[in-house]
Amino acid sequence: MTDARFPHRHLLGIQGLGPQEITTILDLADGYVEQNRSVDKRKTLLGGRTVVNLFFENSTRTRTSFELAAKRLGADVINMQVAGSSIAKGETLIDTAMTLNAMHLDVLVVRHGDSGAVKLLSEKVNCAVINGGDGSHEHPTQALLDALTIRRRKGGIAGLTVAICGDVQHSRVARSNIYLLNAMGARVRLIGPRTLIPTQVDRMGVEVFHDMRQGLRDVDVVMMLRIQNERMKGNFIPSIREYFHFFGLDYEKLALAKPDAVIMHPGPMNRGVEIDSDVADDVERSLIREQVEMGVAVRMACLDLLTRHLPETGGKS
Amino acid sequence: MPARAQSGLVAYVNARLVDPATGLDAAGALLTNGETIADVGPGLFQGGVPSGIEVIDCQGLCLAPGLVDMRVQVREPGEEHKETLRTAGEAAVAGGVTSMVCLPNTEPVIDDVASVEFVARRARKNGLAKVYPYAAATKNLEGGELAEMGLLFEAGALAFTDGVKAIGNAQLMRRALSYAATFGAMIVQHPEEPSLATGVMNSGELSTRMGLSGIPAAAEVILLERDIRLVEMTGGRYHAAHVSTAEGVEVIRRAKARGLPVSCETAPPYFALNELAVGDYRTFAKLSPPLRSEADRQAVVAGLGDGTIDAVASDHAPQDADSKRVPFALAEFGGVGLETLLPVTLELVHNGHLGLLGALRLVTCAPADILGLAAGRLKVGAAADLTLFAPDRGWVVDPARFRSKSKNTPFDGRPVQGMVMRTVIDGRPVFARG
Repeated sequence: MTDARFPHRHLLGIQGLGPQEITTILDLADGYVEQNRSVDKRKTLLGGRTVVNLFFENSTRTRTSFELAAKRLGADVINMQVAGSSIAKGETLIDTAMTLNAMHLDVLVVRHGDSGAVKLLSEKVNCAVINGGDGSHEHPTQALLDALTIRRRKGGIAGLTVAICGDVQHSRVARSNIYLLNAMGARVRLIGPRTLIPTQVDRMGVEVFHDMRQGLRDVDVVMMLRIQNERMKGNFIPSIREYFHFFGLDYEKLALAKPDAVIMHPGPMNRGVEIDSDVADDVERSLIREQVEMGVAVRMACLDLLTRHLPETGGKS
Repeated sequence: MPARAQSGLVAYVNARLVDPATGLDAAGALLTNGETIADVGPGLFQGGVPSGIEVIDCQGLCLAPGLVDMRVQVREPGEEHKETLRTAGEAAVAGGVTSMVCLPNTEPVIDDVASVEFVARRARKNGLAKVYPYAAATKNLEGGELAEMGLLFEAGALAFTDGVKAIGNAQLMRRALSYAATFGAMIVQHPEEPSLATGVMNSGELSTRMGLSGIPAAAEVILLERDIRLVEMTGGRYHAAHVSTAEGVEVIRRAKARGLPVSCETAPPYFALNELAVGDYRTFAKLSPPLRSEADRQAVVAGLGDGTIDAVASDHAPQDADSKRVPFALAEFGGVGLETLLPVTLELVHNGHLGLLGALRLVTCAPADILGLAAGRLKVGAAADLTLFAPDRGWVVDPARFRSKSKNTPFDGRPVQGMVMRTVIDGRPVFARG
């Protein structure tokens, strides 16, 4: 049986989650923020549980965040290195799933470069699966940590205007945030050159701007996206210099947003490409460090909720 | 199956004769003598069948010409783990198909006389559906040099195509059309501008939501429009395979109105499914060209209704499980179709878009005429290639029961109507549903 307030076996995306379910995660995460700030950070809620981080794409931040979250809850954590392993050498996802099933995991955190790959894996494994980012599709825990960051700073999400700027085309962070912010009653704007704004994205309930100054006018939150050089298969933008001129966040453009507008970035940042260094480091406006902190708490909440239906281990506090 | 009478005469009585070529749709009988049709008509055997003739009671079911499937990938030689000429032949006859045209994208490629003869010989030996090859338009399908079209045509290649690849270079396409026309041969194009068709599904809201790269409808439209110009320039005979978009249908419609030597076909997925079938990353619905929007689907239906689209082919593309049980972007394109060609085409009848004769024409005499094949009609003296089917009998598509070696159908689990009960090739019974 899954928790009545979060009746899902996996967390594969924000699409399909309702505001109540999102609120359940955020409320729980709020408690973990306090725990993480206290001297004794460890709980034994997941004592005896095994959490595996299976990352097909390089990631330090997200993997570390999940690792810390699981360890703070008392779980055993294994990081499976994919580069150079049998998986990278052509073992199929299905074979990987069979291998993992034999290891009796409780939670599997997966990041994969292909949209839908995490869902495919979730259909073949016995444990709970958390999507740590799949292709250009979804990155649900990022959207949740962004939401928690916004909620703690602004007191709520409903009624805010949030601008998501940059490479929306290739961004799973943008997609998850569009679903989440819409579900929670925020107004979402997308800002970027036409080559980086996906087809018919307006049907996802967003307003699209190609002039950053117009798009930033009176917004409460500015979410910058990383320009993903590794995903650029063609010539989407002519040069970094030109990109920064029109779509890089600097104080001049930021001045058009509300005076108390905050700045977010999922990291890792390309300073001087999508965001000016001074803006990124502005302690008054930038929530980038808080985002990292919220990330651990949100992931603890997700691990907590997804393991509630599992049988007791005796290690439970 | 009863042994045939010594006389070599077989009477199919109590049939609903359906022959789109002549517009015949009436109760009657058909007589075969050895390999050919000896007589056919509503009045035949009204006074009873003379002794010495084997009698098959059709029980009022439709007796029609065997289906002609103008676009099939058989995978032999080279990828026999996906399909062979034998398994494709078995799937064909189970689907009522008595003639099929295979694409040259095998390993080795069908780009020389020896491989044309290999396919013909192997298919003859199997004694199942007749197999006619398209040969490669360019050597090794590389889009570089022209294949030996003249010699290949003489050896029995029906037309020329680079298979699932578009002939993208305009100068090469111009020469292919022009050179083929020297021999009265046709070029069959996979109409997608290659530099635009780099995605994995239809471009639109759904691809945006799923985070998958899209193929815009314009990829098809652009190549069709370019090709139509080249047809005008060269006078070459041109056939567009699996047309999938509303605007693509419109381009063909206008070209035909201008009297250009252009024809086209579509495949069941493009009039029976839309892009929503790929929701949840269903790789069995990953096809090339991709399943399009609902508006496109409706335009394809309209194109079939007004005759802009000449024919329907199965676009049979077998893929093994390993090619499909991977993340969507990495999965191979294509779906099997031989065993669902008839029932899904009959949906056009059951949904009121076409009459039975009109729908059957798309899979019998129409493709035969495009290809210049003497097939697809109930004609005295013609080969006795027949299919007997129950037009309304319902069943649910279950790939586990397919004869095809590969099970990758986009119609998995779909309730359909129209069941093939018996298939006859050159007077020989090759399939009977038990």
